[in-house]
Amino acid sequence: MNEPSRAPLIALRQVVKTYGTGTAAFRALNGVDLDIREGEFVAIMGPSGSGKSTALNILGCLDAPTSGAYYFRDIRVDELTRNQRALLRRQFLGFVFQGFNLLARTSAQENVELPLLYRGEDAAHRHEASRRALAQVGLDGWEHHTPGELSGGQQQRVAIARAIVTQPLVLLADEPTGNLDSKRGHEIMELLVSLNREHGITIIMVTHEPDMAAYASRTVRFVDGNVDSDLRKEQP
Amino acid sequence: MSQMLLNALLLAWRAIRRNLMRSFLTVLGIVIGVGAVITMVTLGNGATRMVSNQISSLGSNLLILRPGQQLGPGRDSAGAPNFKLADVEAIQNQVPALKAVAPVVGSRVTLVAGNQNWSSQVSGTTNDYFTAGNWNIAAGRKFEPDEETVGKAVCVIGATVKRQLFPRESPLGAELRVKNFSCEVIGLLAAKGQGAMGQDQDDVVLMPVRTAQRRLTGNQDVSTLMLSLRDGVTAEPAMDQIRRLMRERRKLSDNEDDNFNVMDTKQIAQTLSGTIRTMTGLLGAVAAVSLLVGGIGIMNIMLVSVTERTREIGIRLAIGALEHEVLLQFLIEAVVLSALGGLIGIALAFVTCLGLTALMNMPFLFNPGINLLAFGFSALIGVVFGYVPARRAASLDPIVALRYE
Repeated sequence: MNEPSRAPLIALRQVVKTYGTGTAAFRALNGVDLDIREGEFVAIMGPSGSGKSTALNILGCLDAPTSGAYYFRDIRVDELTRNQRALLRRQFLGFVFQGFNLLARTSAQENVELPLLYRGEDAAHRHEASRRALAQVGLDGWEHHTPGELSGGQQQRVAIARAIVTQPLVLLADEPTGNLDSKRGHEIMELLVSLNREHGITIIMVTHEPDMAAYASRTVRFVDGNVDSDLRKEQP
Repeated sequence: MSQMLLNALLLAWRAIRRNLMRSFLTVLGIVIGVGAVITMVTLGNGATRMVSNQISSLGSNLLILRPGQQLGPGRDSAGAPNFKLADVEAIQNQVPALKAVAPVVGSRVTLVAGNQNWSSQVSGTTNDYFTAGNWNIAAGRKFEPDEETVGKAVCVIGATVKRQLFPRESPLGAELRVKNFSCEVIGLLAAKGQGAMGQDQDDVVLMPVRTAQRRLTGNQDVSTLMLSLRDGVTAEPAMDQIRRLMRERRKLSDNEDDNFNVMDTKQIAQTLSGTIRTMTGLLGAVAAVSLLVGGIGIMNIMLVSVTERTREIGIRLAIGALEHEVLLQFLIEAVVLSALGGLIGIALAFVTCLGLTALMNMPFLFNPGINLLAFGFSALIGVVFGYVPARRAASLDPIVALRYE
């Protein structure tokens, strides 16, 4: 499953992202070229302000590039409208955030069901798929707990279950271990690795912790809004 | 499409359920606002109707002629002479616009029947009084002409007097002791209920005017005249005519003021209902303030929760919600909460008004206009303040919304 296919799943070509206008303008991305193939586990690293989060937001279709081209399969994402980008996210992408971003006072299962609801899946399927996703992240029996009743590691697992419940092609993770202690962090990384290996989900993860990045099969380092180094790990 | 609506409904319901406190406070604000406004206005309307009912039970087109100057500041009735029965006759003969001219002579005296006693207003008058005062005879009869001319000791009693003195038996033919003489009850008046000033109109005993003059007051005076206008006649010319006639009969020179006054009950009614309308307006204004305060409460709750909700919107957008789906959910949420609050408010106002009007003996007038208005206003506040911040949040980029502090 880990064999990267030939055609890239994602391709950035000369992507520029500018925040602000005039003299206050700030170039967060400065002509980035990046290919990501299906099945890869990419860690994006770099100092703060290097553009790694901006790159992830653009890759995740949360944000649009100022100029340049973004191909997702054959789709020119940079030419899509807000709504079309949302449909693309809904169809192919899953997100995991540093701050978990679960809905408060809402049970784990209802949190996980949410993306399915927006896809218009029926109740029976929602129920079954959300339970399966929670079991996959090791939260069997925690379906009815709200985020307030779960530990940070468990909350991040719920967030991962929510991201994978739609069986996305790509999972985007923004500092997924940033709010966790190192033991929980390693557990989350192992979970991500198994999702990547066993289910073939392409994972793009931003992190600043080298020992978390070590789990990835490829590490892309950003400096000053551009790719500084791009290292592929030897296949184990 | 229907699936989408169904999902939006489900999402809205879940959002309401998991934010019970916020939902409750929103609903409460609307309930209080709607309830207060509707209650105040309904009670005000009831009071106005009650007063106008009582005024019309006084008798329509009724004029009251009294000695002394007009009521109000600088009133002076001390030196003003009373009327005589001759004045009654003169008015009867010379003012064609009147259909009834009833003299009233009376005082408050103790009545005794059997072993019961009761204090009541006893008035000497004529059969015209029944016409002028809009009285109906429930049982028995009015006065006979010869009873009036010789001043026989007969009387017609009101419903309250009957209840107090003849609780079970029929009063007709019974002997009623009035002060120091005894008179025969010949008739019973139909009940009228409370008067405009809250007095009991049925607490009366009527007898021929001559009887009252001879046995009760001991003089030939008539203290008040009740005059009833013919239907379709305007009050002003008749009042002028009476005024001229009385000035002439009382031999007042041109530079002297009237030492009597004529009042039109319609005027009194208008003054009274004007006062009540003012009160209703005042109460309505107070209630409107509470509606406004309720609205500000809703606004507060909605704005305070905007940070949390903005992040929530960011989450929803990031995991695949479309902007219009999120907005639909928030709109449904706001509509459901506002409508719920409005309906509870209306129900609460309905029950309160029902209870209070029963307690105060007022007619309960359901006013659809104010119900709609109050409901619409708070629903508008709820929807606007629930929806507008959501609209702003949903138009943010998901990442901006997610980082919203």
